[in-house]
Amino acid sequence: MSDMNSNIPEGELASKWTKYKSSVPLVNPSNKRTIEVIIVGSGLAGASAAATLAEMGYKVKCFCFQDSPRRAHSIAAQGGINAAKNYQNDGDSIYRLFYDTIKGGDYRAREANVHRLAEVSANIIDQCVAQGVPLAREYGGLLDNRSFGGTQVQRTFYAAGQTGQQLLLGAYSALERQIGMGKVEMYTRHEMLEVVKIDGKARGIIARNLITGEIERHFGHAVVLGTGGYGNVFYLSTNAMGSNVTAAWKAHKQGAYFANPCYTQIHPTCIPVSGDHQSKLTLMSESLRNDGRIWVPKKKDDTRKPSEIPEDERDYYLERRYPAFGNLVPRDVASRAAKERCDAGYGVGASKLAVYLDFKANTERYGRIEAAKAGNHNPDKETCMRLGTAVIKEKYGNLFDMYAQITGENPYETPMRIYPAVHYTMGGLWVDYNLMTSVPGLYCTGEANFSDHGANRLGASALMQGLADGYFVLPYTIGAYLSKEISIKAIPTDHPAFVEAEERAVGILNTLINIKGTKSVDHFHKRLGHIMWEKCGMARNEKGLKEAIEEIRALRAEFWSDVRVPGTADELNTELEKAGRVADFIELGELMCIDALNRNESCGGHFREEYQTEEGEALRDDENYAYVAAWEFKEGVNFELHKEELKFENIKVAQRSYK
Amino acid sequence: MSTGNMNLTLKVWRQKNNKTKGALVDYKLTDISPDMSFLEMFDVLNEQLINKGEEPVVFDHDCREGICGMCSMFINGRPHGPKDLVTTCQLHMRSFKDGDTIVVEPWRAAAFPVVKDLTVDRSAFDRIIAAGGFISVNTGNAQDANNLPIPKMQADAAFEAAACIGCGACVATCKNASAMLFVSAKISQLALLPQGQPERYRRVQSMVAQMDAEGFGNCTNTGACEAECPKGISLENIARMNRDFASAKFISEETV
Amino acid sequence: MSGFGNAFSSSIGKKFIMGITGLFLILFLIVHCGINALIFINDGGLTFNVGAHFMATNWIIRAGEIVLFIGLLVHIFQALRLTLQNQKARPVKYAVNDGKANSKWYSRSMGLLGTLLLIFLVVHLKDFWVVSRFTGIPTVDANGHEDLYAVMKEKFQDPVRLAVYILAMFSLCYHLLHGFASAFQTMGWNHSKYNGMIKSVGVWYSIIISILFAAMPIAVYFGLIQ
Ligand SMILES: Cc1cc2nc3c(=O)[nH]c(=O)nc-3n(C[C@H](O)[C@H](O)[C@H](O)COP(=O)(O)OP(=O)(O)OC[C@H]3O[C@@H](n4cnc5c(N)ncnc54)[C@H](O)[C@@H]3O)c2cc1C
Ligand code: SF4
Ligand code: FES
Repeated sequence: MSDMNSNIPEGELASKWTKYKSSVPLVNPSNKRTIEVIIVGSGLAGASAAATLAEMGYKVKCFCFQDSPRRAHSIAAQGGINAAKNYQNDGDSIYRLFYDTIKGGDYRAREANVHRLAEVSANIIDQCVAQGVPLAREYGGLLDNRSFGGTQVQRTFYAAGQTGQQLLLGAYSALERQIGMGKVEMYTRHEMLEVVKIDGKARGIIARNLITGEIERHFGHAVVLGTGGYGNVFYLSTNAMGSNVTAAWKAHKQGAYFANPCYTQIHPTCIPVSGDHQSKLTLMSESLRNDGRIWVPKKKDDTRKPSEIPEDERDYYLERRYPAFGNLVPRDVASRAAKERCDAGYGVGASKLAVYLDFKANTERYGRIEAAKAGNHNPDKETCMRLGTAVIKEKYGNLFDMYAQITGENPYETPMRIYPAVHYTMGGLWVDYNLMTSVPGLYCTGEANFSDHGANRLGASALMQGLADGYFVLPYTIGAYLSKEISIKAIPTDHPAFVEAEERAVGILNTLINIKGTKSVDHFHKRLGHIMWEKCGMARNEKGLKEAIEEIRALRAEFWSDVRVPGTADELNTELEKAGRVADFIELGELMCIDALNRNESCGGHFREEYQTEEGEALRDDENYAYVAAWEFKEGVNFELHKEELKFENIKVAQRSYK
Repeated sequence: MSTGNMNLTLKVWRQKNNKTKGALVDYKLTDISPDMSFLEMFDVLNEQLINKGEEPVVFDHDCREGICGMCSMFINGRPHGPKDLVTTCQLHMRSFKDGDTIVVEPWRAAAFPVVKDLTVDRSAFDRIIAAGGFISVNTGNAQDANNLPIPKMQADAAFEAAACIGCGACVATCKNASAMLFVSAKISQLALLPQGQPERYRRVQSMVAQMDAEGFGNCTNTGACEAECPKGISLENIARMNRDFASAKFISEETV
Repeated sequence: MSGFGNAFSSSIGKKFIMGITGLFLILFLIVHCGINALIFINDGGLTFNVGAHFMATNWIIRAGEIVLFIGLLVHIFQALRLTLQNQKARPVKYAVNDGKANSKWYSRSMGLLGTLLLIFLVVHLKDFWVVSRFTGIPTVDANGHEDLYAVMKEKFQDPVRLAVYILAMFSLCYHLLHGFASAFQTMGWNHSKYNGMIKSVGVWYSIIISILFAAMPIAVYFGLIQ
């Protein structure tokens, strides 16, 4: 059934990468100096790749739309990063991380990629610590670990609730070092608007200087996109306001296939929506599920305060349904379980769209341990709570503060109210084993590609993947391509392909400005988000998806005739930026629904109501859908499906069970 | 569209670009909900402006959860507004009262020129980091992460310094527009870790030199930066930087 | 200089100079205040005049005086330079700036307090230093020492001068309240175990020194000492 070549090297799974790495063609140092690589994105995936390629000697240009590379949305990752270090001596290994990731992804990821990811995971921690990333430590001076969902070992490294920030600042400092040495040219407040293709190969980009509005042409022997996820297609998500699909989508329109767009991760623990004004959703890290117990009242429409509901009238539904993993089931499972309870009328809070995340039991437990350490073996409840609160504060202080800030409630005293929210997109540009898209010379790393997480990503694995791609994978695999390009001189940017790509980009900008319609960009974005959340969100069905596709098409037509973008294109114009992004989201939204409709099974983050077990668990169809759906863009807004078959030779495919 | 009941008067700095002069412009807002964040209140204002055919207020923001350091409004005379330890995006309207007048200005410093409206150019911070805010370790050079134990207290202190989000509120509030808190936080983070030792005295010299070249003012220890820093970065970092600078200049034999 | 590079011209270097000269002046104030306090022995100024005589004739002190003046001038000059540079660092001012929300008024007003002190210093030097060093002290005391005490008693009969001195001591107090701890911070002399101590020593020092200095003209004016 497969019509795609993923270029996976031959040989044993465990030795593929090592062998490949040592036989991949190299570019000699003097040639590297004349080879230019464009990297779009300065998040974990982009910054690490830019720094590493520059260290290796390539000429690098790096782009981001924020005012500093340090502000890429990787900065917001809270909980941690996985690595198969087995520092806790709890039976972790490369194979186990590989296995957990494949299983967590509901058997929809490529074995070879995932194994490579697990192999390099340990190097990431080493590299980051050497850069001065202050990961959490124990009193003995060694690194500390915590647990994340979908695993039974402790392999997650963290820096309080700011792991992404610390890792990104590490990569950013490596990047700034290269910028200081003149080896990377950094373009901040620049947005990539087009990929330039010459003779079928990616040879550059068109970018807009967001301050002056100038359109710039940049040549590169290869182009790398590390432009992050597209969760904002739902309008409300835990992504940053500027997170977008534009770079990936423009690449898609130039021939890069888009894989598994419908796999969306809905994170179970986010702060619930409080009103129409809401502009984004805030995640409460999964790490909280280490110490927080999730429950709803056993009685429907119970309006009592949580503190007034006695133990035996609470339904700890995750512990009840999944005794083996309890509160630490994978995200898709936890999210659906929360939705199921709320839909059945057991939700809490004003909107009834929330469940409790309660720290009381563990606060007390920690308090007891602390008291015992201090010699008090029979502490009263109050002492326990006081001492335990201090422990909780040290572990999750910043998250609790954030919660208090947003909701105006004190989570140390009353349980948090949480609800699932769009968080991560497993889908993305299709890439082969080398991380190259279906356009030669165009690479894609980090959340923007589809590669390693199958239908559901495990917590703390995105940071791992972004850094693996940028530090340890792409710098090797890109050599395989560039070694064949050494004879190519820098192509002048007055080449017709550049001119044509620029015309495309400028055409869109001018059209947007000239529509002069009646409705703001946000208006359309919200409507798109609403359609996506209702019909292509946590649960999907054929009827809804078909409706959604029609509604989105109508919305697209309305957008292009009635959007209002004030100002001009030759100045800092945030509405124009948003308009371009929303235009791409609308097209992507349609593709997501098409993909969801095509996949007649439930797996991971894709739950089709028609395909579930009697207990309401996701029901896969391995016979017909064990493939990556890679979509090719066709004239108009049409899509053609290509399939990459997934072969599982080292893992027994099974019904995922966390019971 | 909004659901609350607060009515507000905003005085917002409007400036077309860095070549024109700006001025405070008055806007009236009604029905603001106390649960809105400050930036969501600005979203409402912008929606209003767009519907009236005017240009929306341009302001920097991205994560809206207090971590990217992009949001940067000087609200009623204070960076990030009246609450301690929060960024503008984390400030909620429940911190204001119905009928309030709120003055919103951009960060003001020679080293942070205004780009448009409330947006300023903070690239000076990046250049300071590029001058030395790193440990020179190429990818692939690292030893096992647990080979070098670091006392928890030191690791925690390094982390606290590393929590800086690079927002620039310290510069904005300082009467001298000094960047010492930001610079010292980075220097301290690396000075506290064993990995940072080899370059410790080079780093402090080159980063301070770059800071001066950018046109930031000189610190006079008023402590305003520490009080306004949304991440609680401590003045002790400045003392540590000063100490390291003295060691670098008077004791270390390495000159930069 | 090459070895030291921009040790003193960089922003931190300039602060070092402020800090070092400030600490030096702080030490000087202790000596000055100590000798002045001799009037409270209330022996008609005999002991005080011994002290004054020693200060005026000992060559180490005389040499120190030169250093003191240099220190003072450097402190003032550097402060001016810093102030000018700092003004340039914020060319456009805020329409609303709520300084009191985040810092003490006196730490933001060191320039103003310093200027007040400088004006006072001119008056003060003219009152005593010029007299004792150049124009000459007219009388001698019972021990045959030049009677600076008498000069003082005469000057402090003037209520305007009294007011100027008391006001100046308020300025001094606040200047020191910020300056003392600030100097330690600048020099990087801090330590979590000693920070509290440095702070409180600074506060007590500022208050005691200023009160003692102010007590002299008050005591003389109200005839509390003979
Ligand atoms: C709130 C939150 C918490 C998370 N917590 C965790 C966690 O605990 N553990 C974990 O493993 N993962 C976590 N994740 C997921 C993880 O953070 C992201 O998947 C990952 O950081 C993405 O990195 P990236 O480099 O691919 O993209 P990003 O960090 O999003 O970077 C994208 C870059 O591309 C640039 N860019 C985008 N479009 C353009 C364009 N058109 N032109 C120019 N530049 C462009 C941006 O400027 C930016 O520099 C979390 C995610 C969120 C949102
Ligand atoms: S030190 Fe504080 S105020 Fe200054 S940039 Fe860092 S986080 Fe912002
Ligand atoms: S928008 Fe990111 S910190 Fe405020």
